[in-house]
Amino acid sequence: MGAQLRIYRRRIRSIRATKKITRAMELISASRIIKAQQRVAASTPYANELTRAVSAVATFSNTDHPLTTESATLKRAAVLIITADRGMAGAYSSSAIKEADGLVITLKERGLEVNTYLVGRKAVNYFKFRKRPIKNSWTGFSDNPTYAHAKAISDELISAFIADAQVDVNGVDELHIVYTEFRSMITQIAMNKRMLPLEVVEAEGPAPAGLLPMYEFEPDAAEVLDALLPRYIESRVYNALLQSAASEHAARRRAMKSATDNADELIKSLTRLANAARQAEITQEISEIVGGADALASASAGSQ
Amino acid sequence: MSEKTLTVEFVTPEKRVFSGKAISLFARTLEGDLGILVDHAPLFGVLVDGKVRIKGLDASLQEFEVSGGFISVAYNRISVLGESATQ
Repeated sequence: MGAQLRIYRRRIRSIRATKKITRAMELISASRIIKAQQRVAASTPYANELTRAVSAVATFSNTDHPLTTESATLKRAAVLIITADRGMAGAYSSSAIKEADGLVITLKERGLEVNTYLVGRKAVNYFKFRKRPIKNSWTGFSDNPTYAHAKAISDELISAFIADAQVDVNGVDELHIVYTEFRSMITQIAMNKRMLPLEVVEAEGPAPAGLLPMYEFEPDAAEVLDALLPRYIESRVYNALLQSAASEHAARRRAMKSATDNADELIKSLTRLANAARQAEITQEISEIVGGADALASASAGSQ
Repeated sequence: MSEKTLTVEFVTPEKRVFSGKAISLFARTLEGDLGILVDHAPLFGVLVDGKVRIKGLDASLQEFEVSGGFISVAYNRISVLGESATQ
């Protein structure tokens, strides 16, 4: 076998092995998107009930809550960036980071300092490599977040928000979150949202008929609100984590699908080249044989 | 028995625990144990860790262990929001 042909065959073999891997990753991601979507759907009733409860309580209590009031002077903002733990997901993590960079620029233009909180190893590596300061980071669950993770993140962010930004370097006046919204299997968009101070948005779906009922509060409205608002933040963070996880799987599936397609394409063109190389080898062998036979024939004809 | 029943939605962030009709519901709030029957006044309470019991239409009792959460009652519709719940 000629050297050229051997090289082509080796490359084809290695691309075939890669293709098997990317194909497997594609299939795994495809099945995980569905699970992730189901988890988003499973968390929706809770989020809706909670939103309804918050708007009901907020309507009936005039108490100002620290989580809903804006600081008189803004000094610092926190940005929570949600990315993946692993790569192989196309531009998923980098587009979230890019969105965050844009947000940080606008925040700085408003004269705010920025504290960064990160989710996912990709963002952590990005920030470490560029020696940018990180306030805190959480890793290891980007593709399968649970409510406990959302709670840990929210606890830290809420306490940072409640701390006074003027005196405490960890204190912030605003909280922004950058996550990837899962629109559909093919569309995922990196978004930034302001989480704190809170603006209560109406629950999705039909509003309950009639006016909101005159609730009796147990123990009282202020305390109910105190307990309710942190849960509301947690549920928003949880939703952002779940949407990002679904987007991550979708992005990975798409990236792995195109990797598989590319491998197919490469195998096809390399096979053509290998065939041509083999044919060239055969042709050369034949012409060598024919040439040799000719030479022999003319040599023996000359001697006679 | 009256025609009216309670509509109960019991949800946690991870899943919907219970959804359906019931005769009565018992839970423990910061103020103490609470039983809810049909036509209860609108109420919003903070739950403490403990049991939530739902009495179904066939008088069967379902018990859930809940850790933290809220209960809201209005117009015979009860929503229980638990942080986590196990049956």
